[in-house]
Amino acid sequence: MTDAPASVQVNGLVKRYDEAVALDGVSLAVEPGELFGVIGPDGAGKSTLFRILVTVILPDAGAASVDGLDVVDDYLEIRRRVGYMPGRFSLYPDLTVRENLEFFASVFGTSVEAEYDVIAPIYSQIEPFDDRRAGALSGGMKQKLALSCALVHRPRVLILDEPTTGVDAVSRAEFWDMLGELKRGGLTTLVSTPYMDEAARCDRIALLQTGRLLRAPDTPEAVARSFRAPLVRVRATGERAALLGTLRALDGVARAEVFGEWVHVTGAGEDAGALALRMQRALEGQGWSEVVAEPVAPSVEDVFMALMSDPDPTAEVNHG
Amino acid sequence: MRTILFIIRKETLQVLRDRIMLVQIFVPPVLQLLILAQAMTFEVKHTDLALVDLDRSPASERLVERFTASGRFEVAVWTPSGDVADEALLTREASAVLRIPEGFERDLRRGQPPAVQLVLNAEDGAAAGVRQAYAAQILAAFTQAEAAGPIGASMRAATDARPGVAIQTRTLYNPEGAYLAYMAIGLLASLVTLVGILLTSQNIAREKEIGTLEQLNVTPITKRQFIVGKLAPFWVLGLIELTVGLLVIRLVFGIPFAGPVALVYLGAGVYLFAALGLGLLISTAVQTQQQAQFLTFFVLVTFFFLGGIFTPVQSMPGWAQTVAEFNPIKHFAALLRAVLIKGGGFGDVVGGIGAMAAFAVVVLTLALLRYRKTAA
Repeated sequence: MTDAPASVQVNGLVKRYDEAVALDGVSLAVEPGELFGVIGPDGAGKSTLFRILVTVILPDAGAASVDGLDVVDDYLEIRRRVGYMPGRFSLYPDLTVRENLEFFASVFGTSVEAEYDVIAPIYSQIEPFDDRRAGALSGGMKQKLALSCALVHRPRVLILDEPTTGVDAVSRAEFWDMLGELKRGGLTTLVSTPYMDEAARCDRIALLQTGRLLRAPDTPEAVARSFRAPLVRVRATGERAALLGTLRALDGVARAEVFGEWVHVTGAGEDAGALALRMQRALEGQGWSEVVAEPVAPSVEDVFMALMSDPDPTAEVNHG
Repeated sequence: MRTILFIIRKETLQVLRDRIMLVQIFVPPVLQLLILAQAMTFEVKHTDLALVDLDRSPASERLVERFTASGRFEVAVWTPSGDVADEALLTREASAVLRIPEGFERDLRRGQPPAVQLVLNAEDGAAAGVRQAYAAQILAAFTQAEAAGPIGASMRAATDARPGVAIQTRTLYNPEGAYLAYMAIGLLASLVTLVGILLTSQNIAREKEIGTLEQLNVTPITKRQFIVGKLAPFWVLGLIELTVGLLVIRLVFGIPFAGPVALVYLGAGVYLFAALGLGLLISTAVQTQQQAQFLTFFVLVTFFFLGGIFTPVQSMPGWAQTVAEFNPIKHFAALLRAVLIKGGGFGDVVGGIGAMAAFAVVVLTLALLRYRKTAA
């Protein structure tokens, strides 16, 4: 597709665990210097995909390469070139911040001093806690340490499995700022997340669900724009489940899903303004109070929900 | 090679940091050694005897006196009736019946073997065996003394033509018949084993449990480096444990070492490869520390009981004796006893060392193969 070889190339990857299919023919390509997001709920296959890429498990079918190296044949060399943060915090809780960092630097044949410039943007934030045991760090600080450890050998590709899961909102935002900074330094990053709102921080995203991509990877904006049906958000005083039930029973409502404090209603065959007006009247007519219904711009999550219930027929096309 | 050193440094740091664990590695085993070695004994201090003396002669009196003077037997029931004596055995008033037949002194004088009957309550087979051995010793001593005593002349005259076979029992290497040294060394062997296997299986299970093993798998560390780096610190810890145990045996129990201690360390060095390899193999079969503990426990108990640490291998059924030959702890305990109690040299233990080394090679190879498999 492009002249430069892809940093991560995945072609028709399949992985089964006994009966369950974790990956069912996934293909994607991450360009050098890109911040690429794999978005999907728990159990979508994100961790399986990443674990194949970092050579800790073998695929059942298909092929994948990282930095031009095959994940099966060149696994040892890949381990030198990739920085990996597993989904769970997996550093030594009984070692200090500095000891963890030094250990991982040493097994890659380098030292913290030699690589200081690479890790400085992140490590400098936790350096004051050098002598604290990793197990005693806060969630956000643990992540900074884990990221520092993943960066300490100057990887060519960074693979982060749900780095922001279980972290507070402020730390999440900070973490994405750090990824942005690393991207400016030219680092290729593949990151997964179950949080749809984080999709906007990526250059391109792939939507993964039950081991398949829901659509071809694209920029978050393009993915959101692909939502063409009229979309309205609705709010009213009263029980959420009852509101959802009421909305779903109305004419011309294709889907109604809870989005935070709102319910997103997808219509068909009318514009969003008309749909909003119709919802407003219908709900008020049924006795709901403080009803707000207004058109809303579709988000990645709207696209995800729509594709989950009505998969894009082009999604299965090999676009590797 | 440098990578191995980094792993060793990391492990050492972690071991030293975990104070509670450090205490657990050394304090309970030493306490166990101190308490158990003195509590566990095959010695039977006291036996209540039901005496049926049908001879009532000076010779039979001298025999009874010998039994009671040994301090191990006390006449609890004195009766001419065999039935009463049997009853005493049933009611547990006595745990042995000594029956001296009529004509005991006469037979003795004629140089005929005196037909003394000893009936033992063998509910506790081991204790009964010990009592029987004590009684046999007393009888042997009695016969010897009688031969030198007042009726000796007539005994000798009668047996001159066909000298009777006198069985002489001497307890070599452990003259006081004390079990302390035997038990203490058996315990030492089991404690070194316990610490070695448990530390290894637990440690690697922990890396799996907290996810660091996955992180390590994404580094250029090879399986071989990982295993060597992991085992080296525990190997040293095992030898330190052995040293502490030996000091307790030497200084607290005051048991002298008959043979070269260097040989003990050579044996322990080889043995620890076998024990740690077993721990490693266990860790390949489990995912959590709890599973590792469970499996280690079952493996240890089996190895201990089939290893003849506290019960003689010779008294096991044939198949178990064959199995014991493949049990490294059997060879380790045998080596410790051979060197420390008996004063054996390299020639006495080289076979055992070879067997332990063979076990270590097999078990480490299996562990290495299994690690490759699980990582794939």
